[in-house]
Parts: sequence; C-alpha cells; structure tokens
Amino acid sequence: MENLERLITEHSFFKGMKNEHIRLLTGCASNVRFPKGSYIFREGETANTFYGIRAGRVALEIYSPAQGPLQIDTRKSGGILGWSWIVAPYRWYCDARVIEDVRALALDGACLRGKCEKDKNLGYELYTRFIPLMHRSLEVTRLQLMDVYGSQ
Amino acid sequence: MTESSTRTPSLVARDDFPVLFKVLQEAGYDLVGPTVCDHAIVYESIGGVDDLPIGWTDEQEAGSYRIKPRNDKALFGFNVGPHSWKKFLHRPSISLWKAHKKESGFVVSVTDELVPKQAFIGVRSCELHAIAIQDRVLMGDCFVDSSYAARRQNIFTVAVQCTQAGGTCFCVSMNSGPKADNGYDLAVTELIDGDYHRFLIESGSDAGDEILSQVPGVAANQHDYDQAERAIASAASQMGRHLDTTDIRDLLYRNTENNHWEKIAERCLSCTNCTMVCPTCFCTTVEDVTDLEGEIAERVRHWDSCFNANFSFLHGGVVRQSTASRYRQWMTHKLASWQDQFGSSGCVGCGRCVSWCPVGIDITEEANAIRRSDLGGKTPTIVEP
Amino acid sequence: MDPNNRMQTTFPSNGVGYPMVPMPCSIMQFQPETSDTFTLTLDVSGLKGGLRFKPGQFCMLYVFGVGEVPISISGDSNASTELQHTIRAVGNVTRSMQKLRQGDMLGVRGPFGTPWPVREAQGQNIMIIAGGIGLAPLRPLIYHIQRHRDDFGQINIYYGVRSPSDLLFTNELQECKSRFDIDYSLTVDHGTGCWKGNIGVVTQLLKEFDCQSDKTIAVLCGPEVMMRFSTRELNNLGIDDERIFLSMERNMQCATGFCGHCQYGPEFICKDGPVFRFDKIKAFFSVREI
Repeated sequence: MENLERLITEHSFFKGMKNEHIRLLTGCASNVRFPKGSYIFREGETANTFYGIRAGRVALEIYSPAQGPLQIDTRKSGGILGWSWIVAPYRWYCDARVIEDVRALALDGACLRGKCEKDKNLGYELYTRFIPLMHRSLEVTRLQLMDVYGSQ
Repeated sequence: MTESSTRTPSLVARDDFPVLFKVLQEAGYDLVGPTVCDHAIVYESIGGVDDLPIGWTDEQEAGSYRIKPRNDKALFGFNVGPHSWKKFLHRPSISLWKAHKKESGFVVSVTDELVPKQAFIGVRSCELHAIAIQDRVLMGDCFVDSSYAARRQNIFTVAVQCTQAGGTCFCVSMNSGPKADNGYDLAVTELIDGDYHRFLIESGSDAGDEILSQVPGVAANQHDYDQAERAIASAASQMGRHLDTTDIRDLLYRNTENNHWEKIAERCLSCTNCTMVCPTCFCTTVEDVTDLEGEIAERVRHWDSCFNANFSFLHGGVVRQSTASRYRQWMTHKLASWQDQFGSSGCVGCGRCVSWCPVGIDITEEANAIRRSDLGGKTPTIVEP
Repeated sequence: MDPNNRMQTTFPSNGVGYPMVPMPCSIMQFQPETSDTFTLTLDVSGLKGGLRFKPGQFCMLYVFGVGEVPISISGDSNASTELQHTIRAVGNVTRSMQKLRQGDMLGVRGPFGTPWPVREAQGQNIMIIAGGIGLAPLRPLIYHIQRHRDDFGQINIYYGVRSPSDLLFTNELQECKSRFDIDYSLTVDHGTGCWKGNIGVVTQLLKEFDCQSDKTIAVLCGPEVMMRFSTRELNNLGIDDERIFLSMERNMQCATGFCGHCQYGPEFICKDGPVFRFDKIKAFFSVREI
C-alpha cells in the first residue's frame, strides 16, 4: 500500500493532489505489467480502468481490414492511458497495444466513479486533470484532419 | 462381405491382373494411375500394369518424402504422393470463356471441350473421401461447376485398400480410412506374401460388375476375405499420427486470438505447398488475358492458395497480411469452418501437407497445440442460416 | 466395345451460361456523380423477363480484356429492363469503366447474393445508415420503401461522407423527404466554406434516433470501421444484434462459392452474404485479419 502511494505521488499526472485524495486513489490502484505485443485493452471492451504509464510505450490503434491497424496516438512514461472510464457507456473505442514493455499503475475506474460520487472534490481534481488532456488531443486531432502535408 | 455389395468378390492371380487394365481400355477408358517419376510416385496417364510403381514404397515424415525399393514386387505397396485426383477433376488451369471484339461491343463464347473417360487406378480410401468432399463443394451447393461435373461423371474408380500406413497418415482420426467402404467401382486388396500374390477385387457398382466379369478369377472365399481384412486392419494400427477431433470446430473458433498462430508463422514460409498437395483444397483465381491485337480476351481459371499474398486483396490492401493470419485461415477452414459450410471436415488425414511442408509443419501437432493452449471462454455463436 | 466408338462427352468448358458466363450488355447512360463516382445504366431488355433482382444484390461486371469486379446494384428493382450500378473508380477495372460511354458494352453476370431484409422490416421503423459509396447499395431498398411506404414505420437515412462534394443522390434524398416522408441527416468529415450542415461522423447522427428500439431495424453499408462503430452506437440505443443488418465486403472473383476468396469466417460473402444479420457474424467482426 505504502509503495503504491509513493508511486502515485511520483507520477506527474497526480502532481499537486491532496494526500487524502492520493489515499483514496491508492485504494483503487494496483501495479501492473504488460509485455511487448500484448493488448492492454481492445476496442469494444468495457472500460473500467485507466493507467498511469510508468515505463514503456503503448500505441492506440483502430483496425481496418486491408489498411491494417491505424495508429492514432501513443502513450509513454508519465502519460495517462484511458479516458473512456469517465464517459458512459464506458467502452474502449480503440485497441491499446504494447510496443515496449509497460509497467503501469492501474486504477479501477468503476471504483473511482463511486468515490467521486461521494467526494465531489475528488471528482473535480480528476476532471481538471483529464479535461486538458482531452482538449489538447482534440486540438491535435483536428489539425491532423486538415492533412496539411497533402498535395491539395 | 461389405454391406454395400452383394456381389461376390473375385480373387485374381497376379498374372491375370493386367487383364483388368486391358478390359478398361477396351471399354474406352484412359488409364490414370500411380507411376514413378522424378523420384516420386505421382498420378499420370499409364499404359498398363508395367507402368505402376512395382516394388516401390515411400517413406514419409514431416517435411520429408522419399521412395525406396521394397523387398517384394507389390504393385500398390506405397501410400500417397504429391499428386491427388483433383489434378484430373478440378483441373489446375482451364479456360472459362473467350470474348471476341465486334464492331459494337463484344460477344462471349464458351469453349466446348472434349472430356475424356478416365479410369483412376489406385484410389485410396482417404482419396475417395476427398473426392466426395469436393463433389459437395463443387456440385452440391448453390451452383454446379460444370467442368468438374463433366469430368466427374466420366470416371471409373479402381480403389486400392491400404495394407500399410504411411508415415504421415492419420485417416483413422478423420474417419476416412484405411478401409474404403463405398464410392468406388472396384476395390482391390493386394495380398502378397513371398510367392503368393493375389488380388481380392470387390465391385461397388454396376459399371464395376461389368468390368470385373471380364477379368479371370475365382470367387473369393472367407479365408481370402479374412486375410484382406487383417491386412487392412494392420494399416489402421500403424497410424503414425493422431488428430484429436473432439469439439475441433468450437476449439478453433474460440482460438482466433491464440498466440500459437504467431509461433507457427515463425516457421511457415507461406509457400502454398500444403494447399497444392491437399486433395480437398479448391480455391482458384482468374486471369484475364488478351491476344496481341486486343481482339480476343480469354478468362482462365488457375488453382490459387489462401497463403498467396493477394488472395485477400481488398481496397488497395490485403486483409490477411501476416503469415499467422493465413495459416489460421487455412487450418480453421480445413478443420472447423468446412463443417459449417459443407457438413463435414475438410481434412481426410492423408498426411500430404505434413510430408510436403518444406519446414515440416504438422497439422495434427498444431491442432493438438492449440488444444493444449486453449484460450477457453465462450465459443463464439455462429448462427445457422 | 469398339475402341473407335469411345463414348465421349462434349461439354462446354465451364458453361451452363449464367451464372458463369458474362452477358454483354450495352450502356444506355453514363452519369457522373462525383469526381470519382459514376452511374452506369445497362440495357438488359435482351434477357427474357429482364434482369430481376432484390435490393442488396450485386452483379459481376466485366470490362473487355481488363477484368471483372463485383458491384452492388443501385437501381430500381422494379425496372427489370434497365440495370443500374454506381461505381467508384479505385482500381484498374473500375478506372477502365469510368472511360466507357453510352453505346459501349459491359459483361454482366448476376444477380448474386443475399438481399436487404425487406420481409423482416415489414411494419418496422428503419434506420438506413450509409457511409461514402455505401448509399448506392441501399438505394434499391429506398426505392422499394417508397413504393410500399405504408408497409413501414418511421424511416430515417443517416448518411456520412468525406466532404460535401462526395455526396451522392442529393436531389433524390430531398425528394424522399418531401414526397415519401423519409427523413434524412447528412454529415461530412470536412466541411467546405459553404457547407452549413453537420460536421462529424455518422455515429453522432445516430444519437438523434428517438423511436422504439424493439420496433426498429437498422441496415448499414459503408467502410467496415464505420459499421463497427455504428453497431456499437445502435446497441447503446437498445437495438439488438438480431435487428441490425450489414453489407460486407471481401475479395470476390467467382461470385458462385467456388473460388474461396470471399470467405469471412465460415461465411461466403458471395452466397451467404453480402447482407448479413449482425448476430451471425459478430463473432468475427472484431477479429483482425479474418
């Protein structure tokens, strides 16, 4: 428990959170490993976990027959993997494939959703950290959509 | 006596056996049968008994095929080689039609083709099953492949009962042998022991009766029959391989994500040998060719293989890019999907794919390996139409 | 028997005519639709009874000396003497087709395949979900619905394309709304300056659905990724897998179940499909490289 608490405190995503909230998170956390080539989650599966990546690299992919898997994003050490646990119907919309051995903190989203209901401040702390990530990702995706390097 | 036949089997002496071939030829059949060529026993046009692999046998293992002289003069003392009867029924290349350019547009003509009467000599039980399986695929579904149908109705089968098992055989696992029970015109069991050399020949059809009645022989007695049964039974007990077919359909359907497919892919060269030698593989591709002046366009159909790169080409890409996915497709189709598609397994346990794989991948071993590493879980629901 | 009197069978090398041999048909009309898409209307009056097909079926179309491709029929199943296909020029054969004009000839084999679930849709609301050129195989179904409007409940078309210039049949869609009480929503991935409509993907449009989900059928045609995301959205709306129908695609050569190319799991797309009830293929739908 103490070790997990330390790992959470050290992860950049949770920087600045109060100790009481860190302790709440620790209650929903575990230490996990995923070997290269494995899938952390698959498109369509229930999303009840998110991951604080401590080491390694993950590719987010959407697969299309004939085109193969399209990498839409990557996550690495210090990053957060998984937002779908926040938004109903809590389903992953892409595959997360490990491209370099991953060590991560796994946080039980279902458990956290319950805790956020009880402690709205915890909810606020998490949401104000997730929303900027989502916003930046959306901005970047829209620029990518413009295909500025295309010939037209 | 077999259940299907009430006709008395005939015991034919070695010296009289060539008469069978003469009778077939006089009845208008071209003989096709096993013969030694390029250090293998293959199926080609033959003239008579002398073209058979007399005194030859084969030694087969995963990734290995050799022929060896026997210490007797058996005519059928071997198992199966790289050819199967699909070479003659489901031809490697045929012209489908020709289109001729006209002033406005074009017309299409179908080439009338002379289909010979052929007598297949030496068809093993597994091969009879394979022919029946291809019958179901090419004649027994929504459409009829008329090239196959035309050839199919013009053959006379002289089956041969296996009295020894090949090194890669597993017909017992697939319920396709070693004993041929039906589906033939004549079935021959070669009985050879020192100087004793006879052939027990049973008829399985009216055409078989007609031919057999012209071959000199004596009515077989119970002793002859028992001797034949013992020889066939010994083949059954010699099977070098076993494929556990328990629940194999569901097993393979629920293991699409098993990483064993990747392990196989580390060895598989995607060379297509297995599909070429397999007696039930039926996939084909079409090629459009024009003459130099561009006046006549022909559509030709060739054997294809699901291991080929462009087999699953779609929208500028290939669906089955990885060797793992192609091997998974082949094996799952052969052992599992075939059952949903055609009501039987696609595999007859002939062992050719095992012998002729250059790296010795063994379908029985891989099926057993998938079983050992079964991912379990719910079998995906494939709803029947 | 006389050896010179060998019984031989002469048989056409493949031929029982249809379905193996293409029938040359003359092009009555070449209609450009977008920069890379066009509709060909073929004269099939030479066939006795015309060419009868069911919405959702396809034909194999042959260009002399070039090759043959499967194309869904996009015309009215009532007009048996005219056969329409809407084609996107993406490969050798379809690019050759794009150069053909009225009076030129195309070889036709067909029709093949399973149709849209007209029977199952009787008395139901229908969500018609199309992506890109996927609207073309759905058009015969829409025509059928128009002719039997009272047999069906609420009809909604949800149609998404890359950009406004890729929209197909916009005039017909407008007519649908005014004459046949068939509603439609459009969306594009990229809007150009004058586009005033939705931007986004088709799955967002589906959220507008407000009918009884157990009295609704959904039919989908488009890129597989789009269909994958749409089926999830439909499940979220409470529409069961048995009420969802998709048109699938794989490499296809013979269209008669012999060449083996179009296999999708145990299904042959040419004869068990291309239209599938979703529960029958769901097991393989999310498996890569199947």
